Amino acid sequence: MINSGDTAWIITATGLVLLMTLPALALFYGGLVQAKNILSVLAHCFAVACVCSVLWFLCGYSLAFSGSSAWLGDTANLLLASVTRGGVRAGTKIPESVYLMFQMTFAVITPALIIGAYVERIKFGAVLLISGLWLLLVYVPVAHWVWGGGWLATRGVMDYAGGIVVHVTAGVSALVVAAILGCRHEFPHGIRPPHAPWMVMVGASLLWVGWFGFNAGSALSAGGDAGMALLATHLSAATATLVWMAIEWIKFGKPSLVGAVTGTIAGLASITPASGFVGPEAAVLLGALSGVVCFLGVLLVKRVMQVDDALDVLGVHGVGGALGSLLLPFLTLLGGGVALSRGISEQFMVQALAVGATAVWSAVATALITKIAAATVGLRVNREDETIGLDFAAHGESGYHHTAR
Amino acid sequence: MKLIVAIIQPHRLDAARQALTGIGIEGMTVTEVRGYGRQKGHTEIYRGAEYQISFIPKLKLEVAVADSRLDDAIQTLGTAARTGKIGDGKIFVLDLEQALRVRTGETGDGAL
Repeated sequence: MINSGDTAWIITATGLVLLMTLPALALFYGGLVQAKNILSVLAHCFAVACVCSVLWFLCGYSLAFSGSSAWLGDTANLLLASVTRGGVRAGTKIPESVYLMFQMTFAVITPALIIGAYVERIKFGAVLLISGLWLLLVYVPVAHWVWGGGWLATRGVMDYAGGIVVHVTAGVSALVVAAILGCRHEFPHGIRPPHAPWMVMVGASLLWVGWFGFNAGSALSAGGDAGMALLATHLSAATATLVWMAIEWIKFGKPSLVGAVTGTIAGLASITPASGFVGPEAAVLLGALSGVVCFLGVLLVKRVMQVDDALDVLGVHGVGGALGSLLLPFLTLLGGGVALSRGISEQFMVQALAVGATAVWSAVATALITKIAAATVGLRVNREDETIGLDFAAHGESGYHHTAR
Repeated sequence: MKLIVAIIQPHRLDAARQALTGIGIEGMTVTEVRGYGRQKGHTEIYRGAEYQISFIPKLKLEVAVADSRLDDAIQTLGTAARTGKIGDGKIFVLDLEQALRVRTGETGDGAL
């Protein structure tokens, strides 16, 4: 039985989540790169969205969300064969067409998050190949494990909107791609600063709004769970922003805009797995913690590991998603949280298993995928093209024309 | 005739223009440039990473004046552009061989 209120909200949420990739993430990342690479980043986001949409239709949805085997879905919905006009998604009151579209927008943004790791030096063909393979080999299985009735779902893992499925997978994979691809030639000391911090802020703001669809939409209904997820999402984002600003103000003497909005994304990524399960106090607490932990995460990758995860996908998304997923059982104790079906320590062990297994699988599969891309289409543009910038070298366009007319 | 080439802080442009206009010197060409002098540059911090900005944005003003107006012009311009802090820029003076107003064909001082 289709509920029109639920359906209306999830259609709306689907639009909001697509907005997170096009254009929010594209602008967020685009402002962080050098002016000569702005269009390439926008092109990456746009192309990845289209590739993953078509793959979702061909087989992605079926392999993630059909059947209930432990490791992977089945082939009942290849080409969406079983989706009918009146069909209702089991366990919800929304049409299966809407459910699969909502899930498709998650399948779009997750590989797009990884773009932040390899910008300014990767071949466009490698972007397409890596993203497509990654969707099928990493995102689809993990989505099935956690949300599609797979082995982690059977163990009772809690991941409301994708702390594990989206942010841990993307964050860990970003590090692996960046490590295999190698640093930008000027890394770390000759890199130019973000060319348009204002654009980063616009992107982050749109991501924030889109995240309401991401987290509150994951209720798959229009009711109290969606409302609480909305509230938690917003509070975590606001708190994390303030904390990140405070850290920079104390440590560097000035609170930067880029830092503030990075804190926003850290707070949003961290609350994602917990959003529908916790109340407002927990959201503020998690937001505050994420500001500190993700700040350290960024420094760890950049300074200690010396990996050129260019736009800090692991430090912000991976660390944030893992943090929220691991702290979730404890955070449910605060006001407004859901009752756990088992002990806290037991739930924590399940969460840790899920984060760990997902991280390992993401790393192994992404290494394989990146090697395949290296052996076929090749990974890096040549040094001259990297110096010229990917906008002109790869796409024949320029983001900014400094001419008199 | 002389050509004054002044490198100044971008935020002093309006003051420079008003001051020159105030002493009757009409006409100026402005270019956005980057460079360094004793100021060397500065660092900017994004997400905890320091970026060395070696070339700082400045404006380059080009003003052509008759020989008789030169001292007045550079004194006025120097005063208008000054903040007293490092990075205020420099003023250079070059000999200017000829000038021609495109619309009328006037040459020399009359073209300025």
